[in-house]
Amino acid sequence: MQTTLKVNGKTERLDLDPRTTLLDALREHLHLTGTKKGCDHGQCGACTVIVEGKRINSCLTLAVMHDGDAIKTIEGLGTPGDLHPMQKAFVTHDGYQCGYCTPGQICSAVAVLDELKAGIPSHVSADLDKIAFSRDEIVERMSGNICRCGAYSNIFEAIADVAGEKA
Amino acid sequence: MKPFTYERASTPAEAAAMAAAKPASRFIAGGTNLLDLMKLQIETPQHLIDVNRLDLDRVEPTKDGGLRIGALVRNTDLAANKIVRRDYAVLSRALLAGASGQLRNKATTAGNLLQRTRCPYFYDTTKPCNKRKPGSGCAALGGINRGLAIMGTSEACIATHPSDMAVAMRLLDASVETVSADGATRAIPIADFHQLPGKTPHIETALRPGELITAVTLPAPIEGRHVYRKVRDRASYAFALISVAAIVGPKGQRFAFGGLAHKPWRVEAAEKLSGPDAITASVTLGAKTTPQNAFKIPLLRRTLGAVLAEA
Amino acid sequence: MPLKFDTPAGINPIDRQNVIGRPQDRLDGPLKVSGLAPYAYERHDVAPDAAYGVMVGSAIATGRIVHIDAADAEAAPGVIAVVTAANAGPLKKADSHTAKLLAGPEVEHFDQAVALVVAETFEQARDAAKLVRVDYAPGKGRFDLAKEKDGAPLSPDGFAKAASKAGDFEAGFKKAPVKIDQTYSTPDQAHAMMEPHATTARWDGDQLTLWTSNQMIAWSVRDTATTLGIDKSKVRLVSPYVGGGFGSKLWIRADALLAALGAKATGRAVKVALARPQIYNNTTHRPATIQRIRIGADKDGVIDAIGHESWSGDLPGGGAEIAAIQTRQLYGGANRMTAHYLATLDLPEGNAMRAPGEAVGLLALEIAMDELAEKVGVDPVELRIRNDVQYDPEKGPSVPFSSRKLVECLRTGAERFGWDRRNPKPGQMRDGRWLVGMGMAVAFRGAPATKSAARIIVDGKGRVTVETDMTDIGTGSYTILGQTAAEMMGVPLDHVTVNLGDSNFPASSGSGGQWGAASSTAGVYAACVAARAAIAQKAGFNADDADFVDGHVVAGNRRVKLGDAAGPDGVTVVDQIEFGDLSKKFAQATFGAHFVEVGVDVETCEVRIRRMGGAFAAGRILNPKSARSQVIGAMTMGIGAALMEELIVDTRFGYFVNHDMAEYHVPVHADVPHQDVFFVDELDDKATPLKAKGVGELGICGAGAAVANAIYNATGVRLRDYPLTLDKILEGLETA
Repeated sequence: MQTTLKVNGKTERLDLDPRTTLLDALREHLHLTGTKKGCDHGQCGACTVIVEGKRINSCLTLAVMHDGDAIKTIEGLGTPGDLHPMQKAFVTHDGYQCGYCTPGQICSAVAVLDELKAGIPSHVSADLDKIAFSRDEIVERMSGNICRCGAYSNIFEAIADVAGEKA
Repeated sequence: MKPFTYERASTPAEAAAMAAAKPASRFIAGGTNLLDLMKLQIETPQHLIDVNRLDLDRVEPTKDGGLRIGALVRNTDLAANKIVRRDYAVLSRALLAGASGQLRNKATTAGNLLQRTRCPYFYDTTKPCNKRKPGSGCAALGGINRGLAIMGTSEACIATHPSDMAVAMRLLDASVETVSADGATRAIPIADFHQLPGKTPHIETALRPGELITAVTLPAPIEGRHVYRKVRDRASYAFALISVAAIVGPKGQRFAFGGLAHKPWRVEAAEKLSGPDAITASVTLGAKTTPQNAFKIPLLRRTLGAVLAEA
Repeated sequence: MPLKFDTPAGINPIDRQNVIGRPQDRLDGPLKVSGLAPYAYERHDVAPDAAYGVMVGSAIATGRIVHIDAADAEAAPGVIAVVTAANAGPLKKADSHTAKLLAGPEVEHFDQAVALVVAETFEQARDAAKLVRVDYAPGKGRFDLAKEKDGAPLSPDGFAKAASKAGDFEAGFKKAPVKIDQTYSTPDQAHAMMEPHATTARWDGDQLTLWTSNQMIAWSVRDTATTLGIDKSKVRLVSPYVGGGFGSKLWIRADALLAALGAKATGRAVKVALARPQIYNNTTHRPATIQRIRIGADKDGVIDAIGHESWSGDLPGGGAEIAAIQTRQLYGGANRMTAHYLATLDLPEGNAMRAPGEAVGLLALEIAMDELAEKVGVDPVELRIRNDVQYDPEKGPSVPFSSRKLVECLRTGAERFGWDRRNPKPGQMRDGRWLVGMGMAVAFRGAPATKSAARIIVDGKGRVTVETDMTDIGTGSYTILGQTAAEMMGVPLDHVTVNLGDSNFPASSGSGGQWGAASSTAGVYAACVAARAAIAQKAGFNADDADFVDGHVVAGNRRVKLGDAAGPDGVTVVDQIEFGDLSKKFAQATFGAHFVEVGVDVETCEVRIRRMGGAFAAGRILNPKSARSQVIGAMTMGIGAALMEELIVDTRFGYFVNHDMAEYHVPVHADVPHQDVFFVDELDDKATPLKAKGVGELGICGAGAAVANAIYNATGVRLRDYPLTLDKILEGLETA
């Protein structure tokens, strides 16, 4: 099935088995393997990408459902020679170990800061109308990204750094 | 995942007609539960009708002071909606207690109501499950059932409904609007929408084949303190062991519960009682517990106590 | 010639600490954060035509495969081959494996591989895998440890001896004025690393290459060769990036074998990743334990008798979870005994997971110590100090610890945490809806080191390349090996390239057992010593006089650029470290002290970790940045072990029921507070030439027990069966 995806600003035309998830379209068809398959069932967050400005699990959506959509993956955030501030902060704060959940963590972290700015509430927001940066807010919002190496404490510090907040 | 054909619908009536034309079809919106189950071949549709482009993503006031929520409104957007935050805070709270940020960005209002159980035997196709394969038996009854239902169960099934949002919808007396292939519409009260397992646990809702949810409507807001308290095994990103949705206000109190049954659980008679002991006794009247899940009754009482203290 | 480490290390170039011992960003960081580090399933670069293999797992736990009907699968669109034991050719079982990697005709456990379906696309292979029809004759099995425990024999000796004794435990315990005699249990646990087991395989003639996710390259080359019945020289393993292991990837698993067989059957490169729901029953896990601990002490809490027995289960031919090993060395006492008993269970294969033995042994022992502290009315920190011992207490003062700074860890950790604010009486601290409590526990983990080799290449520009089959599983190997070479060769870190995880490189210790960092840096040290000698000689220096500093070789007034000394063709050397008997003359271990503050919701009994910190001693800390990460990560796994992790056994069907990431809970961001880690200054000259010990597993040891003790302090509910879920606390509060 003909599908057009706008991935990291580039228009990609693919002929896909409708069963192909967005995750597998990225990894197996476009060879953008930075987006990881940790569980393939929406239980870990390693496959997080930003579609039309919102972070989603790319494993639980079909590529054909995203015909025409703009998709941002970790490869589109920055490259080793030109890292996005969030990528840089993960290196500085050692916000990773094995590296496998890392692209998903970073995509989520970038989106989380946007969600805060947009005033989107979370489970821990004391007041649904007053949304501000706090440790509780960040760790709740990041909880859909599992890191078995347990870099959580450092990931928070990386995010706080980018947000211009004290960890 | 079995092979399927795929098409996009552009109007609700067209979607319903497409479904009528192909009996083994399913609607797909967020897809966060359907695709999960299709990968395991627990769901095996031969045809998918993508309803994401239908014009059903608005939240609008109704003329009798309530709110009409389009079927495709994403969980994040519904939780963040200004009117919902102000007038139906328990719904915002319930939505935000569910899943993860990524899943809430994708999951829809209608899809959330249609989530299937998380019972581990339902999820393992090598094991008996009456819900997955009618007549094969219930492995959970004599098996691992710490998280499973204590109310409204049957010999065929002790699964729980996993949704947080649906518990708040039940509390708010929501109504589910649908359209069928012949263009007929109807409104199903949320209390009647989800079914108890009985002898047919594979039949989970009142929807007829091919019937499409178009909206969920809330009556006028209920004044009072809105609380949603979810108790789970880790701090976030986990299904409820139990949950309590409550509104306590000048016109009385009302409660709905998650994690207890095959549907959001509400006992209106209990709402006239006072104190967590009496309310819990009434709500859990007739409970069938196992040694693993009997803790849900004292947990409910204690959680209710905390909710009443907070409200 | 191998460098033999058999006398304590003297002053050497590592002591300069220009590069070593300083916090360094990871060398592999930029690739990892930009998604460009290639993992095993992502090798489009080397296997662009790879077909997709999907494993079919057994639907039964024990019994036989009567017949496999693959006709429908073979006829499905895109299917190229279906591999089963019936058509795979002769396969042997390597000694590392307890159960076979491909079942047939016997089935040994649930989800053991029974077939591989290879197709042109992943979607086709996944669908066709469901079309393989397997006719089973189910057998009976033993699945309940509590039931099989009685009468279970002592386990065979493995990494550790099954039993140990010193003095007369029974007599000592009998006469002790204060006694603790309790039983504890820990459940089966899953590694749950983020990257599923995955392999891309390709045959070039009779030469097999596996791009795989693996911790131990040389072992796995050996086991691949054994399993396939081919020569080791015909197998190459490549594993430059490993998405977490924690012991699950010490050995090849079904993905590697099936990919090799699939590639053989199709004449194509084939890649196989285990689906997440298959991993928990197909691969290995940390076995459940039941542990009985008896401590006899005087009224001041000084231990005279200590006994620790542990029961675990495994498939026939398997091994025990050696949960009592720390009890052999951690506390003093003249009368001692430990024993590991092994029941036969037909559950999936039990094996090593991060700190096998100590991780679960300390979960029990350190609650027992908390119970003793309460009984004698001695502060838990003070109790540990009173029972500190500077020699191996089973062997006596003739075998001292090479270095043991447990008391410093206890004191420093307590001070940093504010332990003096703890109320020893449970249930006294309250913060709103939270019952607040503090707990502590000791961390202890052995410090093994093993032979390890490396190649050092110095080119004409003075650039240094390190090559070794060592793996970086998140541990920071790339960086510490680069730091070692930089320090030894006198160049900045950015002049060093590190290439890892390829069996074409010299064989290292690999990553496991907390031996990786200590051993592999010693291997690079040995190779650098040889490289220095070769370069010095080539440039006409007396090797003993030459120093390597600031990119130069220097002796007396002579100063030559490193690249010039190496010459236009450069210098390449391979060398290896080997360890003598220092580990027999000295007891060697790493130590620490964990401190935890929890809140327990007074109504719902939900537990939140409010504060967590500790002090640790593990020899020279090579890279404080990544070492700290190792410790906080292990502490996080300790939180999981304490509060939520449990593979739940269905004893009717004989399998782990909660076999995915939604149902097997590991901690999420919101479960983990800021973690304070302090490294006590320590150089262990009897450990390695770098005076370093591993630190990758120490952090999990004891962390969960500190949580358990904090819950007790908060609530007065003493729980001895992990995980400490809210229903267990609730039951305690309801019956209090």
